[in-house]
Amino acid sequence: MGGRFGDGAVVPEPEGEVWHEEWHPRALAVTLAAGALGAWNIDVSRHAREALRPPDYARFSYYEKWLAALADLLVARDVVSPGELSGAAEPSQSPLAAKKLQAADVPAALARGGPADRPGGPDPAFGPGDAVRTRPFSENRMVEGGHTRMPAYAAGRVGRILRRHGTHVLPDASAHDLGDRPEPLYAVAFPAAALWAHPEHPGDEVVLDLWQSYLEPA
Amino acid sequence: MPHDHSDHSHGPDHPHTLLPPEPALRVRALETLLERKGLVDPAALDAIIDTYENRIGPRGGAQVVARAWTEPEFRAALLEDATAAVADMGLYGRQGEHIVAVENTGTVHNMVVCTLCSCYPWPLLGIPPGWYKSDAYRARAVREPRKVLAEFGVTLPRETAVRVWDSTAEVRYLVVPRRPEGAEGLDKEALAALVTRDSMIGCGLAVNP
Repeated sequence: MGGRFGDGAVVPEPEGEVWHEEWHPRALAVTLAAGALGAWNIDVSRHAREALRPPDYARFSYYEKWLAALADLLVARDVVSPGELSGAAEPSQSPLAAKKLQAADVPAALARGGPADRPGGPDPAFGPGDAVRTRPFSENRMVEGGHTRMPAYAAGRVGRILRRHGTHVLPDASAHDLGDRPEPLYAVAFPAAALWAHPEHPGDEVVLDLWQSYLEPA
Repeated sequence: MPHDHSDHSHGPDHPHTLLPPEPALRVRALETLLERKGLVDPAALDAIIDTYENRIGPRGGAQVVARAWTEPEFRAALLEDATAAVADMGLYGRQGEHIVAVENTGTVHNMVVCTLCSCYPWPLLGIPPGWYKSDAYRARAVREPRKVLAEFGVTLPRETAVRVWDSTAEVRYLVVPRRPEGAEGLDKEALAALVTRDSMIGCGLAVNP
């Protein structure tokens, strides 16, 4: 939705305010705990949120998107059955139960994280200062309608490489169980005037992290 | 596949419609089901919530900024390899596996957004604020950052360029705000108190002492 018009003001809030509804912390925690079962990766879960019906995506609050995507994923990955989800069927013990995140392991699991850099992959084709053009569409090239991290507002635009980030998992593949397919990842700077018809200031820039296959020499 | 239209053996394409529509009931239904299937331990959920409510938050990032303001060697290390520099302070973790620190100066003001979802440096700043996850911020921060900054009460001089970082990958950005004038005599703890969460996202400035 980067660049979209009509959304109104951004409303600041005090620093101590972590949750906004009583059910928010539980929604976050159950999503993280279910993710820890290892039945999907972070790209699959992002795609599940994006794959909600557009009216649902627009209407759901942030954590409502998480919950809906979690329910969809649990069924899609055969972790729960539709009958169990609706309450029509008695829940059966899951074979994944051995992977249940234990309370004692929570600090270590959260501290461990899940790095996205990988060894190997193609050699870097670009270096800092190189001019690049993004591919002309913000679609997944391997899977029609699939996940990508190329925002529509930056497709087909010319920028320059600001820095290299190493070699990272390609979400377009990872979100669809096509493996990590690691690629060089770059921070690419675009002048505001290359992105917007009415830039606020000629010196302003937007920087995006983009994978090598999203880019071509310009 | 999470979204396979060809396979209807699992019921509707969007099984979430099988849950009660009211979010609080949805959460409870999911938690209860997963607990009964042996997949979720309610005590683990409590531990996750406790972590982000009480243990991880923007005060971690503020310690990093205060050190960068006062220790030139640490500042250099932070700008060179922030992931390693903050890991040495125990601030590595989920949604902070690859950190880049960007420093505000008189000529560049950095600001962070995630237009595609809500990527945010959790180990340094905790759970993102509501506005960071809002459609309005995600839509507007890249197109009209100065108007958004004005809504936070920040007006930048024309000679300062705005550089907006759209977190489209797994790299998480920490803004190092400018050290306020008049903070010379303060120790690190007092300096950290000047570093607001919003200033480390680039939507605010460090407060004056």
